[in-house]
Amino acid sequence: MTAVALSGVGKVFNAGRADQVVALTGVDLTVDSGQFVSLIGPSGCGKSTLLRLVADLIQPTSGTLTVAGKPARKARLDQEYGIAFQQAGLFEWRTVLRNVELPLELRGTGRRERKRRAEEMLELVGLADFTGHYPAQLSGGMQQRVAIARALAVHPLLLLMDEPFGALDEMTRERLQDELLRICAQTGTSTIFVTHSIPEAVYLSDRVVVMSPRPGRITDVIEIDLGPRSEATRQSAGFFAGITKVRRALRGTPAPTSSSPSASSSASAEVTAS
Amino acid sequence: MTAAVDKIAAADPTAPVVVGRQRRSRGFLRGLLPPLIVGIGGLALWELIVKAGRIAPFILPAPSAIWEQFWLSRSVIWQTGLATGANAFVGLIAGAVVGILGAMAASRFRLLGEVSIPVAAALNALPIIALAPILNNMFDSTSSIPRRVVVSIVVFFPVFINTLRGLREVNPTHRELMDSYAAGGWTFTRLVRLPGALPFVFTGLRQASSLAVIAAVVAEYFGGLQDGLGSRITSAASNTAYPRAWAFVVGACVLGLVFYAVSLGLERLATPWRRSR
Amino acid sequence: MTRRLRVVLGALAALLLGALLWEGYKAVGSDNGASLFGVRVLPRADDSAMPHVLDILKRFGQPELAGGDPIWLVVLDACLFTLRSVAVGFGVGALIGLLLAIVMQRFRVVERGLLPYVILSQTVPLIALAPVIAGWGGKLSLGSYPWQPWMSVATIAAYLAFFPVAVGMLRGLHSPAAIAEELMHSYAAGWWRTLVKLRLPASTPYLFPALRLAGAAAVVGAVVGEISTGTRGGIGRLVIEYSREATGDPAKVYTAMIGAALLGLAVAALVGAAEFLLNRRRRVLV
Repeated sequence: MTAVALSGVGKVFNAGRADQVVALTGVDLTVDSGQFVSLIGPSGCGKSTLLRLVADLIQPTSGTLTVAGKPARKARLDQEYGIAFQQAGLFEWRTVLRNVELPLELRGTGRRERKRRAEEMLELVGLADFTGHYPAQLSGGMQQRVAIARALAVHPLLLLMDEPFGALDEMTRERLQDELLRICAQTGTSTIFVTHSIPEAVYLSDRVVVMSPRPGRITDVIEIDLGPRSEATRQSAGFFAGITKVRRALRGTPAPTSSSPSASSSASAEVTAS
Repeated sequence: MTAAVDKIAAADPTAPVVVGRQRRSRGFLRGLLPPLIVGIGGLALWELIVKAGRIAPFILPAPSAIWEQFWLSRSVIWQTGLATGANAFVGLIAGAVVGILGAMAASRFRLLGEVSIPVAAALNALPIIALAPILNNMFDSTSSIPRRVVVSIVVFFPVFINTLRGLREVNPTHRELMDSYAAGGWTFTRLVRLPGALPFVFTGLRQASSLAVIAAVVAEYFGGLQDGLGSRITSAASNTAYPRAWAFVVGACVLGLVFYAVSLGLERLATPWRRSR
Repeated sequence: MTRRLRVVLGALAALLLGALLWEGYKAVGSDNGASLFGVRVLPRADDSAMPHVLDILKRFGQPELAGGDPIWLVVLDACLFTLRSVAVGFGVGALIGLLLAIVMQRFRVVERGLLPYVILSQTVPLIALAPVIAGWGGKLSLGSYPWQPWMSVATIAAYLAFFPVAVGMLRGLHSPAAIAEELMHSYAAGWWRTLVKLRLPASTPYLFPALRLAGAAAVVGAVVGEISTGTRGGIGRLVIEYSREATGDPAKVYTAMIGAALLGLAVAALVGAAEFLLNRRRRVLV
């Protein structure tokens, strides 16, 4: 079954005006149930726009988009996904626990169940001791972890994440990557994950979607098959091979085998040009 | 290069400034000591200068003389203080209710919300106090109504402006988040707009509480009923009984402090997340 | 530009709405207002308490007393007279406030000793002192220059204008982030250069709201000061004088009121213009 399907999706901001921007064009992408898909690319390639289209926070100007087999709008109204943004976006007037409870509250979950689930999620992100704190008392990284707990609290079948680990230190980041994978595997959650980090994309994903700007589009999709992840995975040859593949795709070199001197020089010229 | 401007603080020069974090950890006593020394030293110096005859008593009576008068007139000060306080309180509540409701109405309409802040700010720059004699004509000058109306008009503007500002200011991530939850208009207002506006509302109320006392006292300078602190100040001053006038000024200051302290306390209670920074 | 236009149109609409409400109330309200338990809770609507808007406007063109100057000229004169007290008071008050803020920022001891009092003074009706300061007239002198009554008024205005500037400015001076201060430190910039290059520019978003408050406070201080000191020639005095004639000539007091309102607007506009010029220059330079 497919969790998300996009075909021929395009998005134009300020259409028909002087400041018209083609943010995305001709995007075809399917995410199968339980799959982990990363979107990677330079700034302005439309990866955050793509995520917001799936979340129905903005609407496409062309193409069709289904989430869990329904139109994106219906999926949002049915609360089919959980989402975490680049900014934590916590409610500063609520305690950490009440922030995580928020989506459950909106779904009408009972008080006791809400508290139990929120505490469980905070335990997961390592903030069990901070349930009574206000966001302003936490560091940026801790706030981000609360936001992730909030996204996970509803046990969504689809998880949308927009560079959620960007503000975290490397150790926390790796730990949360492992936690995220464990949760996704346990619950069969499908994930779309926007990131800037090549190793992060490779480590987490079943497929890495490489995008490029002006106009924003998908240029390559790289399948990653590393089996179940563990500490050893980060040192494995397959992991580094994956990183190399993604890096080349980002530079625009067609195939890893054809790395002749002339091809690589033209590729680097392209990078400086863009 | 610079930290983001705290929008609530920048609009609120009367907010209690706690600069840096060290003050709390230094302990209550050490934080209290310098102002105490300045206060006692200042009073002593004042007393000394007046006693030494460097400043004539009609310009600045000695603190001891003011205190003596304060003690002598304490029951009058209490009664007149109650009368002025009642005017300030009724006017404050009326003006604040109208201000908050007005801001909620204005925030419903984009154009109205955008336009009404500069207009209200301009009106706020007017000497509203000067309305007092006109209101004395329009109502009975022998009732407290004109004063309470003046107070509520003065109070209206800071409450309205701050509340509207708070209601208009919404973190874009919060909006996206609530969109992703498919939350409707009322849910959004209840969960995001109102709590987000609360600190602004209380900033407005805190400014208004001081203004209410000031307006209630000054409105009495324009004639009308003679039952408040302001009328006692003018009558004492016109009889050249300056120490007594100062004693009533001290009474007015105490009244102002009570209003300020109560509104500050309510603010702390209602917005615990701001205290704990 | 369109935003500015909308605001101006909005202000005009508010004015029109106010006039309509006024006339509307006059049309439906009872001449004796409405009383509840013997206390009048709605204003009298008769012509002596609430004259027609048109009558008030017409009154501006008529002479103050029979054969005297037209009232608009008298009101304008009074406004200009008061403006002098406001300007002097505002200038002196703002300057003292600024200097005090800088001293408090520089010397922690001063800040810790004085700041609580500066804050407290914001919350108490210091304007209540006006009648007391009125007693200064004629009994003081500045060297050989005798103390003028308008100086008492300016003193009250300065007193009120000083506090918001001191507090707002202090907060502005403290607003730069720690890293910005560290950066200046790494350049081996001393206190003075840090002040000029970092703290003063960083404080403008705090300074201007404070100056606006100070301007309004100076106007209120001058108007109230004139009333309680009995200073002749100013708009505050005119309000009181005309209000005593309200039974015979009800429109007159409203002309003085409008004059006072215009004075407040003029001062606010002057502060606003200063802010606009500074911001524009900055935008051009950066």
